[in-house]
Amino acid sequence: MSNSKVTFRIGGVHPNDSKLARNCAIEVLPLPQTVYISMAQHLGAPAKPVVAVGDQVKVGQVIAEPGGFISAFVHSSVSGTVKSIAPRKDIAGNMVPHIEIAVEGDEWAEGIDLSDTLVTAIPSDRAAVLEKIKACGVVGLGGATFPTHVKLNPAPGSKAECLILNGAECEPYLTSDFRILLERTKEIVVGAAIMQMVLGGCRCVIGIEEIKPEAIEAMTAAVAELGYKDIEVLSLKKRYPQGGEKQLIDAVMRRQVKSGGLPISVGAVVQNVATSLAVYEAVQKNKPLITNTMTITGDCLPVERQHNYLFRIGMPLSYIAEYAGGIPEAAAKLISGGPMMGRAIANLDATTVKGSSSILYLSEAATKRKPESACIRCGRCADACPMGLEPFLLNRLYKAGDIEGLEAGSAQDCIACGCCLYSCPANIPLLDNVNQAKGQVMGVIRARAAAAKAAAEAAKAAENK
Amino acid sequence: MTTTIIWTIGILAGLGLLLSLVLFFVAKKFKVEEDPRIDEVEKVMPGANCGGCGFAGCRAFADAAVKAPNLDGNFCPVGGNDVMKKVAAILGYEIKEKAPMVAVVRCNGTCENRPRTNVWDGVQSCRVKASLYSGDTGCSFGCLGCGDCVAACQFGAITMNPETGLPEVDESKCSACGACAKACPKGVIELRNKGPRGMRVYVSCINKDKGAVARKACKAACIGCGKCAKVCTHEAITVENNVAYIDFTKCKLCKKCVLECPTGAIHAVNFPAPKPKTETVSPAPAPKPAPAAAPAPAAQAAPAPETKKEA
Repeated sequence: MSNSKVTFRIGGVHPNDSKLARNCAIEVLPLPQTVYISMAQHLGAPAKPVVAVGDQVKVGQVIAEPGGFISAFVHSSVSGTVKSIAPRKDIAGNMVPHIEIAVEGDEWAEGIDLSDTLVTAIPSDRAAVLEKIKACGVVGLGGATFPTHVKLNPAPGSKAECLILNGAECEPYLTSDFRILLERTKEIVVGAAIMQMVLGGCRCVIGIEEIKPEAIEAMTAAVAELGYKDIEVLSLKKRYPQGGEKQLIDAVMRRQVKSGGLPISVGAVVQNVATSLAVYEAVQKNKPLITNTMTITGDCLPVERQHNYLFRIGMPLSYIAEYAGGIPEAAAKLISGGPMMGRAIANLDATTVKGSSSILYLSEAATKRKPESACIRCGRCADACPMGLEPFLLNRLYKAGDIEGLEAGSAQDCIACGCCLYSCPANIPLLDNVNQAKGQVMGVIRARAAAAKAAAEAAKAAENK
Repeated sequence: MTTTIIWTIGILAGLGLLLSLVLFFVAKKFKVEEDPRIDEVEKVMPGANCGGCGFAGCRAFADAAVKAPNLDGNFCPVGGNDVMKKVAAILGYEIKEKAPMVAVVRCNGTCENRPRTNVWDGVQSCRVKASLYSGDTGCSFGCLGCGDCVAACQFGAITMNPETGLPEVDESKCSACGACAKACPKGVIELRNKGPRGMRVYVSCINKDKGAVARKACKAACIGCGKCAKVCTHEAITVENNVAYIDFTKCKLCKKCVLECPTGAIHAVNFPAPKPKTETVSPAPAPKPAPAAAPAPAAQAAPAPETKKEA
């Protein structure tokens, strides 16, 4: 194992990486009888359905269009008949419109290249590529599901200097990114080269944590073989949250993004490796984002029952759990995403979305909250916070309802990585409270921005009169 | 020695006199004219500074009441009509008497009615819980049971009932300041007319899900069947988004809807229970829920079987 020194400069913790499913090759899940495709699979406005009940759809056909500027197309992941368009509970139990499709066969829409041949020629028409990425509904698969075509098209005046491909996968347990780094290596590199072209030929760094030497080796070989300009592979130190956007920029470029600023303000664009794969499939194969990789793992699941699956969006989680052999008895908590930032699954009838990355079965010992005791001001949370905040102070300010104090303490910069909660010896729910505080402060900031905008418009209107 | 003391006393006395004169003239010149009635009004206020009136505290309310042309927009919910009468007497205004209000918890989701589908292991805070997911039951609208309302009440009027898992309002202590209604992230608590002798009828459910879904999540949910609205002769009941709402300004407390409701979601509280009458009435509605329950979700026709399949 190489001993990488490349890492972010503030905070961080070292949880046990528990990559139990790392040797499980990606398997393709068979189709269920019915899929429910969510209209809110991306950040921003929900998509608007463009099909009606009773319509016949093919795999890859557009079934919903963007509901706003920050929104994305949604495609059918199966072929069959649209059964209903109705609200359904998502993973957190909230009602979200879904399109229900009864699966009939597996007939793909025309124009999608299903062959395995690697297409290495990079198209040169920037606008056409962006349009294709948009039309294929590609969103960031690192967790936030921000529409990729918006991120790859920075506002005029800002120039991307470095495209960082995020292969850190710093969350314990998750192995889906690791598997695609091994199995779809060349496709990811081509995807990176396409995004490089779209961003105007900036350099590209593929960051992978040092605990995945096979992936680093395979990626280095693929980059050398394909011979694109200015792409390098960088081994990152194992440390959580290495894959946080701002942390990765700090580690790779030694630049820090200002509070409230976007990565592009320091010349960086960060994309997940899975997004790169989706970009490759969209641009070179004309295949919309209807599949992704997810890990079935956990500390109470025997290794032989752990899997990495290629799933189609809209498959019910209960179907996948059943196919993988059911829920282990010792599982006390089911989590979608990693154990640090993932959300507990409150509703197993919910379906997979573009950004689904795992079903995690954790035992009671691993997840049960321990009784809370008093804060002794040891400062471990402040040491661990990768954003340089002081969670113990923010916690007090939140309880006192001091929103001004919270804003002065930069509660709005919290990235909800959970390092504070992880490091707290008193088991104080710092993450929960600081995250709430962030919401309150963001509300105040947004209201202020809206008021300022309205005042400016009123002044302009008065001037025009 | 003596001269030093005399000098010291003399200088200090002179200085004191001089400065007091300065202060006197400054106070005269820059006097802030404040209506003396503000103080008077503040004296008769309850002094809880709860903010239920919409102002920062009792002093701010007094200030606003004195400056306002009449008392229409200003009402102290804690002091009620008694205090407002005193305020009106000081200011020489007339007041429209307001019916006293009370906080009402509109949720039937007791542990028995609403089975828990998962276990909440996070912070005991409704606000945190609501921001993360829809709750530990099948109902995504009802009470989350972490007691933010209890913490918000300055009058000790709300307590959690450990048996039902729902908050209960002590009517004698509730001042209708509305702090609990604001604290509830789900909007379960509403301020309603207290009613004559505390008698009132209300729909104790805000579940907007379709009938079958709501019923599956909670035995006593409003399924939006609309029977109550049909039976109501005062047009007090509206059914919108699969949930009934009784307008307390129109409700005449006839209780017809209470008998009609197939799930028992409509509550009538503080009614005297005349024994012979209930005996004759209760056998009639008792067998009713069973047959009524079946056609009620069916009245939702098309969506009902679909929602079942989903679940």
